[in-house]
Amino acid sequence: MEKERVFVVVLGKDQKGIIAQVSGLLFKHGANIEDVQQKVMDGTFVMTMLADITESASGSAGLRRALDELAESLGLKVMLHNEAVIKAMHRI
Amino acid sequence: MEFGVEEVFETAGMILFEHFDIRAVTLGVNLKDLIDRDAGRLAQDAGERLAGLGKRLVSEAGALSESMGLPIINKRLSITPAAWLIEPCAQADAPLVLAQALDRAACEAGVDFIGGFGALVQKGTTAADRRVMESLPQVLSSTQRLCGFLNLASTLAGMNMDAIVRLGHILKDMAAAGPNGIACAKFVAFCNAPEDNPFMAGAFHGGGEADAALNVGISGPGVVRAVVDKHPDADLTELSEIIRRTVFKITRGGELVGRELARRLGVPFGVVDISLAPTTAMGDSVGRILEGMGLERVGAPGTTAALALLIDAVKKGGAMASGRVGGLSGTFIPVSEDEAMIEAVEVGALSLEKLEAMTAVCSVGLDMFAVPGDTSAATLSAIIADELSIGMANDKTTGVRVIPAPGTVAGDSVDFGGLLGRAPVMPVNRFSGAAFVARGGRMPAPVRSLRN
Repeated sequence: MEKERVFVVVLGKDQKGIIAQVSGLLFKHGANIEDVQQKVMDGTFVMTMLADITESASGSAGLRRALDELAESLGLKVMLHNEAVIKAMHRI
Repeated sequence: MEFGVEEVFETAGMILFEHFDIRAVTLGVNLKDLIDRDAGRLAQDAGERLAGLGKRLVSEAGALSESMGLPIINKRLSITPAAWLIEPCAQADAPLVLAQALDRAACEAGVDFIGGFGALVQKGTTAADRRVMESLPQVLSSTQRLCGFLNLASTLAGMNMDAIVRLGHILKDMAAAGPNGIACAKFVAFCNAPEDNPFMAGAFHGGGEADAALNVGISGPGVVRAVVDKHPDADLTELSEIIRRTVFKITRGGELVGRELARRLGVPFGVVDISLAPTTAMGDSVGRILEGMGLERVGAPGTTAALALLIDAVKKGGAMASGRVGGLSGTFIPVSEDEAMIEAVEVGALSLEKLEAMTAVCSVGLDMFAVPGDTSAATLSAIIADELSIGMANDKTTGVRVIPAPGTVAGDSVDFGGLLGRAPVMPVNRFSGAAFVARGGRMPAPVRSLRN
């Protein structure tokens, strides 16, 4: 079975516990985190997580809804992209 | 394969802050096998096929958008030109019967528009072509989601001035048939119409197409504007390079969506149309890109050159990104749908004549502009003939979507609402070309050598 991997992108003001809360949510939804990066860009905190959701019962739709709720409670923005989109746009 | 945080952020930022989206996924559907002498049967069969396919399109596009994390805004259908379909139907109101069935099918399926109610008349008109043409005022004013087109000229055939003369009158009737001339916003007059265009109002499923084809229109004026704004000191060579790189990325996103959606629907993947298409949303403007390049306002001297650079860079980036680039693949500069274009008209920076000059380097033509309600049918025909001549002589597509807004004068404004935006009424040259267009006949095809 081909792996389904997604990038979770979190943007906003840096604050305590972002990585912990997003990681916890991904764990709860059966996703396996394969990579984490973070950086402050143009004054904005940006974190990306690459997660394998092949075995997640929630799928990308369920995960997105849960992430949206979490992001709203933290005053952050979150995006979720299939790895294929990033690969298509940034690699020849 | 590893990706840097900057790369992932760039994609997320394009969608979050710069209006990047897949503007339209359009399923072209062949209906020639349903041609029948009985207009009612044709309409019923076509409606059933389109409602079924349209529902699948809407459902699969929604699921794909969700799983990819790329917004897909519009889901549309296009069909075999209606004039071919009603050819054997003796029933006088066959065009209307078909049109109403198409509109119902679009509503039932939840697609936002269905295109193809039109005819290819660049060299001559059949009886069926004439019936479809004459039905346009009633059809487009009594339906919600149906769009119409006519191809009135081509580089190979020349220009059908007889049909253009008649169209001037039809446009006047079309404008009078609904509020603000809204029916005219759903109709395009073309030269060299592409058979695989995913954008409305001019989409149709051409005679050279398979039974079905999925065509994708991407869009990212806001994305291009953002990179232009970030490089205020770049010279034009560098600016072209920056735009090319950006368009490459968004085209790749569009191609991924097209390929995957076509696979899920079990139909051939047609084309990616790389046209920059503005919307009424703040910042999602082609005019703002031109202003970001250094023009005080769109329409200022330098506008045509800036647009030429922009569209050339868009085409180079798009063609590198996908082997399926097709459709219109130019830059849309619809006056009513682009905040910078509206402002430029209102402050007197942009005239109809400059707009026409801009279309000489930009595929889509004079789009979504309003002229005074008392503009004569002959003047409308002459404006259309001018614009289609640019396409004919330069071997490219041009189109006209003009709204002679009833009861308005130059300086007024017509609000169509929603995606169609607000059109400032533009003054038209008061001198007449009526006697020229009234000569009628067919303007011969241009010579394709001796190009200087």
